[in-house]
Amino acid sequence: METQAIEGGFADPVFNAQTVFRAVMDAMARPGSVQPLPALARPPAPLSATSGAVALALCDNDTPLWLDPALQAEAPVRSWLGFHTGAPLANTPADAHFAIIARPAEMMALDGFSQGTQEYPDRSTTLILVVSDLASGVPLLLEGPGIEKMAMLAPAEMPRHFIEQWKQNSQRFPRGVDIILAAPDGVACLPRTTRIKTMEA
Amino acid sequence: MTDIATYNFAYLDEQTKRMIRRAILKGIAIPGYQVPFASREMPMPYGWGTGGVQVTASIIGPDDVLKVIDQGADDTTNAVSIRAFFKKVANVAVTTDTASATIIQTRHRIPEHPLNAGQILVYQVPIPEPLRFLEPRETETRKMHALEEYGLMHVKLYEDIARHGRIATTYAYPVKVEGRYVMDPSPTPKFDNPKMHRSPALQLFGAGREKRIYAVPPFTDVVSLDFEDHPFEVQTFDQPCALCAAENVYLDEVILDDRGGHMFVCSDTDHCEKRREEGHRGHLAPDAQLALERTEPAE
Repeated sequence: METQAIEGGFADPVFNAQTVFRAVMDAMARPGSVQPLPALARPPAPLSATSGAVALALCDNDTPLWLDPALQAEAPVRSWLGFHTGAPLANTPADAHFAIIARPAEMMALDGFSQGTQEYPDRSTTLILVVSDLASGVPLLLEGPGIEKMAMLAPAEMPRHFIEQWKQNSQRFPRGVDIILAAPDGVACLPRTTRIKTMEA
Repeated sequence: MTDIATYNFAYLDEQTKRMIRRAILKGIAIPGYQVPFASREMPMPYGWGTGGVQVTASIIGPDDVLKVIDQGADDTTNAVSIRAFFKKVANVAVTTDTASATIIQTRHRIPEHPLNAGQILVYQVPIPEPLRFLEPRETETRKMHALEEYGLMHVKLYEDIARHGRIATTYAYPVKVEGRYVMDPSPTPKFDNPKMHRSPALQLFGAGREKRIYAVPPFTDVVSLDFEDHPFEVQTFDQPCALCAAENVYLDEVILDDRGGHMFVCSDTDHCEKRREEGHRGHLAPDAQLALERTEPAE
């Protein structure tokens, strides 16, 4: 278990962190676009390579981290994140700056996480969702800032009633959570400004 | 790489970069909202673009090509020193060519050449709060943003009209981003405001002394505030650039002598040089003058 916690970090911390951040930034600036990312980290399961890399690039001792029950149950995951990022675990989801969710389909409601305040909407939780792919789920038609006309994303295993929950998230603007979707071969983002157009069958 | 070993890549330590990167992500997610960040001391004074430098240092990678402009020019003090800084601490390629840059750090101009989707424009911002000169208290301006209470800004623009007959604000002209936050576009001439609207490039703003980062994602509505009967207008110039004859660009006045001689030239030096390479000549271009002298005796 000890070696599992120590191995699998960035081989080249400075440049790998920059690569991962730029992919996340481009994905956040262009919602719906999938930014390819090689497997730069090798975290213990059920943390995926991509979600682990995103955590390494963004989390540190300033960012309380919340793990969903599937991750929370795995001691190697906790010690790997602790060793490589130094991020403290948040007591409740509402205290978390970042939350990593290995099983989005079973996750708690989005409004259980920190939404920020009207004065400081940036003090909200950023959710990192581990998804198996971005093409096989329910297709989501996206519009909003960062999207020229329309974008489409079909992430697998999304949370229950996601479209309805996301609509409520948008209504809280400027408060609300942002989502980073970590797929095996890349990242995509849903910032709180992105609106999901419901598709007519 | 060996010659930059005394610094971490791009000068900032990794924890600082992570902190700034998190602020940038929040800024992108809440367009126009000023995200507080723990601005660091940089090896240059406040007012020299420390905010822009910190943003650039946090996003730049070894494959980036950096362009730095100061009032549109690539060759003025601020631009030259920041370019040299990143050459030294990040060993990145630099350019003056707008089209081939991936990151453009700017002080108070947007290049004339249209930006494309892969590019990132980093603004150096002195005072990020558009309401600051109307309400000095941060607690109050923050509340005004929270409540979307921007009446005071319209009063200011109205007072311009009452006093001058038109909106006299010419730079740092307030804009509304995506219909929600009123934002200071940094002291760019209002001539550049329309270029921000639905730009394909990502726009990031860094204010080092004031410790704020904000952003405008690509294809985001950026609307200059105005009135129905006094619509927003950009500056117009009654003559083209004296060197390259460009029209519909932003011009700087250059004093030529102490007898009132002056000329108007492109503020964007790269744009002006490219046009002259293409053979465009203004009435004061050196070789246009020669051509004129050669033909004059014949008359």
